[in-house]
Amino acid sequence: MIELKEISKKFGDTQAVKQVSFSVAREETLVLLGTSGCGKTTTLKMINRLIEPDAGQILINNENIIDQNPDVLRKGIGYVMQNIGLFPHYTIAENIALVPKLLKWDQVKIINRTQELIAKLHLTETTLSMYPHELSGGQQQRVGLARALITDPSVLLMDEPFGALDNVTRTSIQKEFKALAELKRKTIVMVTHDVLEAFELADRICLMDKGEVVQIGTPKELLYRPINDFAKSFLASQKLILEFKVTNIQDIWIYLPEETVHHGECETADLSIWEAMELLRNKDRSALYISGANKAIKSINFEQLTKGFNQYQNAQRHE
Amino acid sequence: MNEQQQTLWQFMSGQADKLFSQTLQHVGLTFISLILAIAIGLPLGILIARRQKLSGMVLGVAGVLQTIPSIALLGFMIPVLGIGAKPAIVALLIYALLPIIRNTYTGIIGIDLHVKEAARAMGMSKGQILLKVELPLAMPVILAGIRTATVINVGVATLASFIAAGGLGEFIFGGISLNNTNMILAGAIPAALLAIILDALLSLVQKMDVKKLRKALYIFPVVILILGGFYALPSAYGSTLTAGFTPEFMGRQDGDLGLKSTYGLKIHTIVISDAVMYKAAYAKELDVISGYSTDGRLKAFDLKILKDDKNIFPPYYAAPIVRDKALKQFPELEKTLNLLSGKITDSIMTDLNYRTDYLHQQPERVAKDFLISQGLYKASKNRNKGVVRIGSKIFGEQYILAEIYSMLIKGNTDYAVATKTGLGGTKICFDALMNDQIDFYPEYTGTGLLVLLQPDPTIAKEMAHDKEKTYDYVSAEFQRKFKIKWLKPIGFNNSYALMMRQKQSKELNVNSITDLKNYLDKN
Repeated sequence: MIELKEISKKFGDTQAVKQVSFSVAREETLVLLGTSGCGKTTTLKMINRLIEPDAGQILINNENIIDQNPDVLRKGIGYVMQNIGLFPHYTIAENIALVPKLLKWDQVKIINRTQELIAKLHLTETTLSMYPHELSGGQQQRVGLARALITDPSVLLMDEPFGALDNVTRTSIQKEFKALAELKRKTIVMVTHDVLEAFELADRICLMDKGEVVQIGTPKELLYRPINDFAKSFLASQKLILEFKVTNIQDIWIYLPEETVHHGECETADLSIWEAMELLRNKDRSALYISGANKAIKSINFEQLTKGFNQYQNAQRHE
Repeated sequence: MNEQQQTLWQFMSGQADKLFSQTLQHVGLTFISLILAIAIGLPLGILIARRQKLSGMVLGVAGVLQTIPSIALLGFMIPVLGIGAKPAIVALLIYALLPIIRNTYTGIIGIDLHVKEAARAMGMSKGQILLKVELPLAMPVILAGIRTATVINVGVATLASFIAAGGLGEFIFGGISLNNTNMILAGAIPAALLAIILDALLSLVQKMDVKKLRKALYIFPVVILILGGFYALPSAYGSTLTAGFTPEFMGRQDGDLGLKSTYGLKIHTIVISDAVMYKAAYAKELDVISGYSTDGRLKAFDLKILKDDKNIFPPYYAAPIVRDKALKQFPELEKTLNLLSGKITDSIMTDLNYRTDYLHQQPERVAKDFLISQGLYKASKNRNKGVVRIGSKIFGEQYILAEIYSMLIKGNTDYAVATKTGLGGTKICFDALMNDQIDFYPEYTGTGLLVLLQPDPTIAKEMAHDKEKTYDYVSAEFQRKFKIKWLKPIGFNNSYALMMRQKQSKELNVNSITDLKNYLDKN
C-alpha cells in the first residue's frame, strides 16, 4: 500500500507539486492523469526517491520511505519509463537481469525467471543475446517491463510506459498488459496524459492540474460526476468512447432483448460496450452470445447493443 | 667519418643499438606519462562531470597548461625537478592531461539521461552507476582522448632530449645541429611510425564493440604498464661527475668524439639542450658542460672554462655570410656589414651576452648601447630601397648580432630590414640562406668547416687549430660550392669549451681538460 501525505515540491520558483495526498490500495492500479507539466511525473518520481519532496510524507506498507536507503528502496520497486532507458552496452538478457545481479541472485534462478517472463511478454529467445538498438520500440518496451518485473516487486511505478509507441503497437501492448496475470497482483502507480489509456488501465484515476489533485475516483465517477469544469472539459472530447469503455453489458442488461438458448461459446457480461462493439466489428459476426447472471444468455447484434446503451444513458441522466 | 655518403639504412644499422634504446626510452616516456595522466585526468574528468561548476575552471587550467611552449615548460621544471626523466615525465603528463580530462567529462556528460535515470531507478549505487554504466558508455570518447594524448606525447617526447631524458629527440636534434640528414631521419621516422602505429592500435581498441571492449579494459592498463616499464632511468656508470652535452656537441669531432679520442675522457654523459644546460650546471645537476666561450651565462652562473690543453676545439670566429646575389642586389651591404669587423672582442661579446641572458635586457637595447659606445650608431633613415633579410640562430648572441646589423643597415643605407631570428640550428639557418629565404646571417668559421663543409678528417685536423687557415679555407670553399661570401670576421672567437662551476673547479683543482681526465681516472 502506498500513501502520500501532503507532498510538495518546488523547482526554483515553480511549484511543481502542491500538497498532493492520495493512497493506493494493495493490488490497485492508480493512474495519475493530466497535461504535461501538471506535476504527475514529479509526484511519481518522489515515490522511489528519484526526486526528494520538500514537504510531506510518503509511506509504502506503512514505512516512511525517507528512513530507507534509497538504493535498497528502489531495488524493491519496479520502474518503467517512457524512454525505456535500456543500457545500450548490455544485451537484452543482461538488461533484464540487472536488478537480480545487484541482489546477487544465483545464475539458475535468473535464467529461469527470465525465461518465464519473456514467454509471458511474447519475446523470443533469440532477442536475449541482442542489443537494445536491434529491437523495435514495442519489443524494447516489453524488455523494459521485464526488467521491472523480474524480481516480482509488489509495487510498480510506470511513467508514460506506452508513450513512445505508435498507436497500433500501443493498443496491442496495452491489451497484453491488462491481461498479464502477474500485474494483477501488483500495486501500480502509472502516469499518463492519454485519457483513453487511463480509462483502459486504471482502477482509479487521480486527475491533476498545476501541481494539485483535481479529483480522485473510478473512471465512472470521473466521467459521470466530474467535480468541476476542468474535470468535465478534460474528458469532454472523448466522452462517447469513454462511456462505451466504462459501461459493460451487465449495466445495460435489462435494456437488451429477451433471453435465448445457446449451447456454444459465450462472452461474459463484464465485457465493456466498447469491447463488444470491437468484437462485432472485427470478427465479422452478426451477433454475440452473452451469458449474464443466473446463466441467462442473450443474443445481441450491433443495433440492439447501441439501442440498449442509449436507453441506459437516458436512464442515468434522469436519475 | 663522412656521413653524407652514408645511406640512411647504413646509418640506422650502424647505430642500431642507440636507435633501439632511444626508441624504448621514447615509448617508455610516452607511456609512463600517459599512465600518470590517466591516473590524474580520469578522476578529475569524473569529478567535474559530477560538479559541473568546477568544469570551467579545471578545463581552463588544463587548457592553459597545454598552451605553454614545451621548451619553456621543460625550462620551468629544472629548478624544481632537476634534469632527466622526472621533469620530462611531468611535462608530458601536463600535455596529456587536457584531452583526457575533457573527453572523460564530455563522455560522461553525453550519456543519455534516461539511461542514467534508469540506472538510478533500478537501485544502482553511485559507484555501480559509474563503473557499470557511465564509464563503459563513455569509454569510446575517453579512449579517443587517450589516443589524442598518446599522439601528442610521442611528438612532445622528442623534446625530452633537451633535458637529458633521452628518446628519439637525441637523433633528431643532434642531426639538425650537425647538418646530418640521416641522423634526423633516423630519429624522425621511428618517431612518426611510433605515432602512427600507436594511433592505429588505439583506434582499433576504440572501434571494438562494447562487449569486447570490456575485456580490453582489463588488458589495456597492463599493456600500458609494460610499455611504461621500457623506460629505464639513465644509469650512472661509475664516474663521480656528470657531464651534460648538447646533441650537437655529442656528434662532433671537435666535441665529445674528440674528447674521447684525444683526451681519453670517460665521463658519465647525458644529452641536454643548450637552453637549460647552464642552469642545470648552476643547480649542481651537472658538473661539466659543453658551453660556448663567449656565453653570457658563464659570467652569470659563475662558471670556469677548462683549458683545452690539447687543442681539440677549433677557432670559431664569427663573420656574416652573405649570398653573392644579395651582395649584387644591395651594393652597399658589404661595406656596411664590415663596419663591425674587429669591433667585438671575446670579453665584449661575453658582456653583451650577459646583459641579454642574465640581466634580461632587450637585444635591441643592448645593440643600440653598444653601437653608441663605439660611435657607430646612426638613426634609421627610414628608406625603402629593397628589404635586406637577416637571419639568426636561436641563441642570445645571434639575436644581438642581428639587431646590430639591422641598425647599421637602417642607419647607413637606404635599405629596409626584415629579421628572421631564432632559426632552430645551423642546418635550418643555412638551408634558409641557400633557399633564398634570408640574405645573410652570422656564422662561425669552425661550424662552417666542420658542420657545413665536412671535409676529409685529415684536412680538418690540419686546418682546425689555425684561425687564418680556417677562415681562408671556408671562404674559398663556400664561394666555390655555395656561392656564398664570408665577410670580415667580427673579432670574437666563440669556440666550444668545457666548463665547470668555479667553486668545484677550485675544490677539485681541475683547471684543464687533462686535469679533469686525471681526476676522473683517479676517482
